[in-house]
Amino acid sequence: MSLDTVAAAIANPDLKQPYAELGLKPDEYASIKEILGRRPTSSELAMYSVMWSEHCSYKSSKVHLKQFGEKAVKTDALLVGIGENAGVVDVGQGYAVTFKIESHNHPSFIEPYQGAATGVGGIVRDILTMGARPIAVMDPLRFGPADAADTRRVLPGIIAGVGGYGNCLGLPNIGGEVVFDETYLGNPLVNALCVGVMKHSDIKLAKAAGAGNLVVLYGAKTGGDGIGGVSVLASETFESKGPAKRPAVQVGDPFVEKVLIECSLEIFAEDLVVGIQDLGGAGLSCATSELASGGSGGMKVQLDKVPLRDPSLSPEEILMSESQERMCAIVEPSKIERFLEICKKWDVTSTVIGEVTDGSHLEITFNGELIVDVPPRTVAHDGPVYNRPLAKPDYVDEVAKDVINPPLPTNAAEIKEAILKVAATPNLADKSWVTDQYDRYVQGNTIQSQPDDSGMVRIDEITHLGVAIATDANANWSYLNPYEGAKLALAEAARNIATAGAKPLAVTNCLNFGSPEDPGVMWQFAETVRGLADGCLEMGLPVTGGNVSFYNQTGSVAILPTPVIGVLGVIEDVRARTPMSFTDAGLELYLLGATDENLSGSEWAYLHGMRGGIAPTADLQCEMRLIDLLLTANKESLFAAAHDLSQGGLAISLIEMVLRHNIGASVSLENVGISLLSETPGRVIVAVEPTKVSAFQNLARVKSIPLQNLGTTGGDALVINDATISLTELRTAHTETFKKLFG
Amino acid sequence: MKIGVVTFPGTLDDRDAARAVRAAGGEAIELWHDDAELKGVDAVILPGGFSYGDYLRCGAISRFSPVMEPLIAAAQGGMPLLGICNGFQVLAEAHLIPGALTRNQHLHFLCTDQTIRIENTETAWTNSFRENQEIVIPLKNGEGSYQCDDETLKMLEGEGRIIARYVGENPNGSRNLIAGITNERGNIVGLMPHPEHAINPLTGPSADGLGFFTSVLKTLVAGGAK
Repeated sequence: MSLDTVAAAIANPDLKQPYAELGLKPDEYASIKEILGRRPTSSELAMYSVMWSEHCSYKSSKVHLKQFGEKAVKTDALLVGIGENAGVVDVGQGYAVTFKIESHNHPSFIEPYQGAATGVGGIVRDILTMGARPIAVMDPLRFGPADAADTRRVLPGIIAGVGGYGNCLGLPNIGGEVVFDETYLGNPLVNALCVGVMKHSDIKLAKAAGAGNLVVLYGAKTGGDGIGGVSVLASETFESKGPAKRPAVQVGDPFVEKVLIECSLEIFAEDLVVGIQDLGGAGLSCATSELASGGSGGMKVQLDKVPLRDPSLSPEEILMSESQERMCAIVEPSKIERFLEICKKWDVTSTVIGEVTDGSHLEITFNGELIVDVPPRTVAHDGPVYNRPLAKPDYVDEVAKDVINPPLPTNAAEIKEAILKVAATPNLADKSWVTDQYDRYVQGNTIQSQPDDSGMVRIDEITHLGVAIATDANANWSYLNPYEGAKLALAEAARNIATAGAKPLAVTNCLNFGSPEDPGVMWQFAETVRGLADGCLEMGLPVTGGNVSFYNQTGSVAILPTPVIGVLGVIEDVRARTPMSFTDAGLELYLLGATDENLSGSEWAYLHGMRGGIAPTADLQCEMRLIDLLLTANKESLFAAAHDLSQGGLAISLIEMVLRHNIGASVSLENVGISLLSETPGRVIVAVEPTKVSAFQNLARVKSIPLQNLGTTGGDALVINDATISLTELRTAHTETFKKLFG
Repeated sequence: MKIGVVTFPGTLDDRDAARAVRAAGGEAIELWHDDAELKGVDAVILPGGFSYGDYLRCGAISRFSPVMEPLIAAAQGGMPLLGICNGFQVLAEAHLIPGALTRNQHLHFLCTDQTIRIENTETAWTNSFRENQEIVIPLKNGEGSYQCDDETLKMLEGEGRIIARYVGENPNGSRNLIAGITNERGNIVGLMPHPEHAINPLTGPSADGLGFFTSVLKTLVAGGAK
């Protein structure tokens, strides 16, 4: 096929172009023609199609997401805000931390191992691109029913992919989630979080400034994998029939990425780049147009210089390829020699493919012929914006009428049965089968990882400064009330880092939803964003960035609205953290926070086939007082242990605490069923030495947090009223589930 | 005392190994795979990771790195050399110790706090331990199953060259629960679990791993391996 040049586009204006196959709508195609004043060349069409995809352009979500900026709190802690590859937060002592979550849901369904692996690879490059050394990853995952055949297909592959890639990069995996629900069958969610650390002065941005500066592509060679990944895969609903989409999934090589990380950090340390961008979704189309937009707009690229794995690739394919482990840097001519030298040391292929100009267009040539001539902002930032129709779905008011009254345990036998059931149900069972496939020790700075409430890493070995991160979502509550659900997930994530004594600083998110073309889904999304923005404003936490994943639905069935919220916090001395469980007998156990009788959205209700009801209302003022209490108690060393209550309520929190160090507990509870199984938000269980009880009680009074004495630690059983469950029996129930399901 | 830590492309635990050396009181020296020099170090550690992406076989390419030539010569001359995890695999590929490390029997990567028993306390890297001392250090690998022929196994058992064994359930299918072995002279040790991740209970399951690093310093102060 002959090359479709700009000249050819002018000469042959009426050529029929396959815009619909590339995922563009007729009006989108028309506006490309209007921008350019002619039809696009096939290469330009390729670029617009990937960059204007839902995944890259946020065209359905933009009008809602701007609330994160409008409602943002004024804070000096945010060094780089939304819009760059990842937000950057000041954590003190001259350190800056960057963190972000991304989804890789659709590729992981098609090809579990590679989909999950490249999800980790992509988010790690985003963090690296900011100038930071990646220091840890986390993976919130969601699957169909644990015993479904397709879950047995995707889960082992996804876990192995997350582990295979992250382990090989030398990044400790410090937490995440594994949740099962039938709506994720056919739509597994693979969200990947990475956190990185740097000094303030090392922050890098995606901008191509300075005419004459060179555009350098370095890392892996470009191949034919992942072509159209963002437009064909991530921006469409799966149908049961249809062509195989496997070629749209990228294939990763973590070894190349590991070398790329070390090479890049050495380049950054010598201050050799003006701007930098990784190649992820939309590949070179994204990197060149975003870098050029970040500068004055002018850039010339010779596409035939791009090193290829497959020499038969067409220019359109080169522009759309999502081959992994590639970076694009803007380098001053005086520094290029040293830049290439460092690449050579690490055996990293690096090629000058173009230069920054003082013009305003991105011009791409192929063998000397002009094939792209566009204002880069129109590709990268001025994509279509949709204010899609939204309507509260009928189910919301319907299910609100449901009476949620699952049978509750009352006598000893029933209590024991309920505890063993909670311990063993897949959503609450021990996740070691998963997390033992991840390296949690590499880099030697991991302070906390699964099953702790949050992941925690030390960032300075001398001062013991550290950061903690937790990710949470409660899709059951979001289903009942997406506005409250988002706030509740935010509160839970913040609480999860505060239990250890880390102060919440900033928020990231990964918003997983069904099709935005369904007004009901769009309503869920809009309510979620509104709730999260309001919640962040009330709690004084800035949103530093995030990711939206739409089209998580098969046919007309959408996933539960699943906003995964990540909160990052700082702890001045990791040695003084409050652990999640106790190592001594004879401690007093207290419950902080009030418990109510609403079981809507609880795991216990779900276990009894009840998914309706009314979600709790988030009381963020109370949550903030509770966080204050936890931080003060940590400073004053009042707690021997503190553990959050969430899905599974007091029951699972007690189970996790007694099993952690194999020290039992005896508690006595009134209204025992509700006490154990209610999931009322804003609660924490703490273990206190008897001598510190009165100081603790005073603190709780000052912060107006209700307290309830539960009992004491010790023994080799969990004793609840007159029910005794030996730790051995409890451990078997808790740890056998995953082994039995997945081998 | 200067302890070299080699970095191959894809090495991951080099900084951890250097930290462990410093924690034990030694000086850690970075060695680069592509430089055929040992910078005057007194002992060397080949740390864990996925050198060369484990392409071909784990350790099979690293074994031909320029740094290996002077290193193999020095180790054959008695210099203490410890290979941890991927480093153990490199030692096996370089035939400095017998046997091979193969895929874990259960086919998963496994990261766990592993109890091991130190059965030979006379090597350059284990002399700080008590005989049959049980310690807990992280085990994390995908290809940690130690295999060798019957004759070699008999020899290793007979000569007391199995320096550490897994306690409890076999975590990866290693023959005779082998976690680590030594050469005839006792200066070269290959170890599958990671002592460098257990130098402080803050960041690891224990501080038990420190003993490997204090051992080599003791050896060097006493004038080298026997």
